[in-house]
Amino acid sequence: MASTAPQTTAMLPTEWRDFFTLTKPRVMTLVIFTAICGVLAAPGSIHPVLGFTAILAIAMGAGGSAALNMWWEADIDAGMKRTMNRPLPGGRMRPEDARDFGVFLSAVSVGLMGVAIGWLAAALLFGAVIYYAVIYTMWLKPRTPQNIVIGGGAGAFPPLIGWVAVTGEITAMPILLFAIIFFWTPPHFWALALFVKSDYAKVGIPMLPVVAGEKVTRRQIMIYTLLLAPIAIAPWYIGGTSWIYGSVAVVLSALFVVLALPVFTRTRSDVDAMLPEKALFRYSIVYLFVLFAALVADRVAAYQGWIA
Amino acid sequence: MTPDEEREFLRRRKARNWVVAITLLFFVVLFYAITIVRIGDPG
Repeated sequence: MASTAPQTTAMLPTEWRDFFTLTKPRVMTLVIFTAICGVLAAPGSIHPVLGFTAILAIAMGAGGSAALNMWWEADIDAGMKRTMNRPLPGGRMRPEDARDFGVFLSAVSVGLMGVAIGWLAAALLFGAVIYYAVIYTMWLKPRTPQNIVIGGGAGAFPPLIGWVAVTGEITAMPILLFAIIFFWTPPHFWALALFVKSDYAKVGIPMLPVVAGEKVTRRQIMIYTLLLAPIAIAPWYIGGTSWIYGSVAVVLSALFVVLALPVFTRTRSDVDAMLPEKALFRYSIVYLFVLFAALVADRVAAYQGWIA
Repeated sequence: MTPDEEREFLRRRKARNWVVAITLLFFVVLFYAITIVRIGDPG
């Protein structure tokens, strides 16, 4: 696929900023935030230098796989207004450079994690890179309208890896953190897909609203929202957190369902501002940030002895 | 290559070299810190 990308016109060296752009810095803010939450919420302690290193390695792995994603999808990006000015479709970089940068960054991230933290966390990071760059980007994204669900799995790795970096073992709690982001992604993204006219259809990526229609998308949003609620509350239910996280999770999840209901039951009219969809999308971002912040606050309160 | 292009070439190369240098220096410091921490680590 990448071989069809436009060849670079100039022989000028690529600007370093274009390499930085390849790492999708905006996506990385969420990756870093959830990874920090995983590190902070995990039981036990980690030296600040090692905690920083773990988060750096996760961010580098995310950046490396994002670069591989952009390398592979250069021809797709060239066909969409939102992405046509990225470094590769913009012709400011050679495809091989993007590929090598992605492979190098990913390899260094896994090596760094293994040497500094441990090889279980490194193996999970390696798995996350392969999952995003190969299983999602190359294999399933162009093949199934459930691609968002699968892509959500990639975004769900950071808190899991952050947690395992501290504890060195996989337990129910980090898997729940993984599951929360996994089930959160579909309603979050499909709400956006309902009100943003995208050109995915033009480039042959089967997005659910385009392939299956709005009605199915709205129903799927509702299903995943209902699945998310018990999973978000589960860390409290299984005793992994106190009432602080528990009450926040219950309130946030109830609000999520309340906001998803009108999106589920509505049909688009001719002149439609799509306000419920926009509200749900905006709320979904707040939901994730507040939920993870509550998790950290809960654990901090427990370690400080403020709660039983 | 015109003089303008050459100036741009040199500017970009210099900027990239600086970024690489700073990154390498950062990792030197980081690995030093990791080593010190892990040596003191009883586990």
